[in-house]
Amino acid sequence: MENLRSAPPILTARDAGLIGCTHCGKVDRPGVVRCARCGARLRPRDVDGLQKVWAWLIAGMVIYIPANLYPMLSTASLGKTTENTILGGVIELMHHGSYGVAGIVFFASIVIPIAKFIAIIYLGLSVTRKVRMPMHRRHTLFEIVEFIGRWSMIDVFVVAILSSLVRLDFAATITPGIAAVSFALSVAFTMMAALSFDERLIWDARNEDAE
Amino acid sequence: MTAPAFPHIPDLDGMMACPACDALLVDRTVSVGATASCPRCHTVIEAPRPLAMTRIIMLALAALILMIAAVFFPFLELGAAGMVRRSSLLDTVMAYATGLTAPLTLAMAALIVVLPVTRFLTLLYVLGPMAFGWHPARHAVHAFRVAEALRPWAMAEVFIVGVAVALVKVAGLAHVSLGPAFWAFVALVIVTVLKDNFMSRVTVWKTLEARRRS
Repeated sequence: MENLRSAPPILTARDAGLIGCTHCGKVDRPGVVRCARCGARLRPRDVDGLQKVWAWLIAGMVIYIPANLYPMLSTASLGKTTENTILGGVIELMHHGSYGVAGIVFFASIVIPIAKFIAIIYLGLSVTRKVRMPMHRRHTLFEIVEFIGRWSMIDVFVVAILSSLVRLDFAATITPGIAAVSFALSVAFTMMAALSFDERLIWDARNEDAE
Repeated sequence: MTAPAFPHIPDLDGMMACPACDALLVDRTVSVGATASCPRCHTVIEAPRPLAMTRIIMLALAALILMIAAVFFPFLELGAAGMVRRSSLLDTVMAYATGLTAPLTLAMAALIVVLPVTRFLTLLYVLGPMAFGWHPARHAVHAFRVAEALRPWAMAEVFIVGVAVALVKVAGLAHVSLGPAFWAFVALVIVTVLKDNFMSRVTVWKTLEARRRS
């Protein structure tokens, strides 16, 4: 009900038998492959397009597992080497009493990636299944997912900065671990999943409900 | 599917589709300073700002100069037990260069330096001639598409937050001081955010189309 009130029925370019460019907004006749204004590939909507989203998402989820199991960085201090996973690093920060930074790292490396997996799965399913969440809420959710994805890269940068900075021979040396690679890939894959999701599908579903 | 004729839609150029939700809208000229958003999904479609192109060019130039400073000056300095370790942005990029993490070196260089610089250069190339009221440069359409595609992958501002986190992590271990490159990079991030705020994608596309040499 609320959907109907907040968004009056509106004619879409597809309903009018046209195709709209998702980059510059130009409308063209169907069958045109490239947008006359910006040269972008005109994507007709099809639910099969979701396969790309699922593929990137699954790749991102699979590679997120080793990112958490293997060490992100190893610290060699006075002959003693300790290896830290992502979660281990967060716990160590908390032991040092820097709760704020522990919070940032925990949020960027664990909460955001997992929340993103769930959000993309939900948005993907919502295209083909009936869901409770109103259009506008889902649109906002997608914008958040799109905006926040890149911020997960923080931990990869932190490891790079730490290991370039802390190279004091015997006193302390930090070297990056293999988990940094899989974590970076996981972030990149989920960004690709969000980028290949066609926002318009969120709004199409409503019209089909109304009919 | 074959393309049917559209007797009921007189003028395709007078219409536009919302890039986010595909609502078919009348393509009105948006006056400078106003904001046009989609009535259905409320996505901002166009928001032309006064002198936006000139400002974007100035900011992109400033960002380029700052990036040069950020790459070549010392970035951070760490002192502990009488030893000093200076690290530049290049060292940070090279941090992953040994062992199995080597492929990340390329990614780091791309995300922090190469992609942001490519964005600044393409924007200068596209908007430079237009700010003077000239015809767009050759392949400007291509260049602007590249600039837009790179937007999510240029991660300078994420990197700065990473630096802040790293600083807190080493603060207990050693004394850290910030080099000039650090401040150059902070300024670069501010300039980039300002520049992106002036950017109205659809307006640039329309201007490119209107001034195209036919």
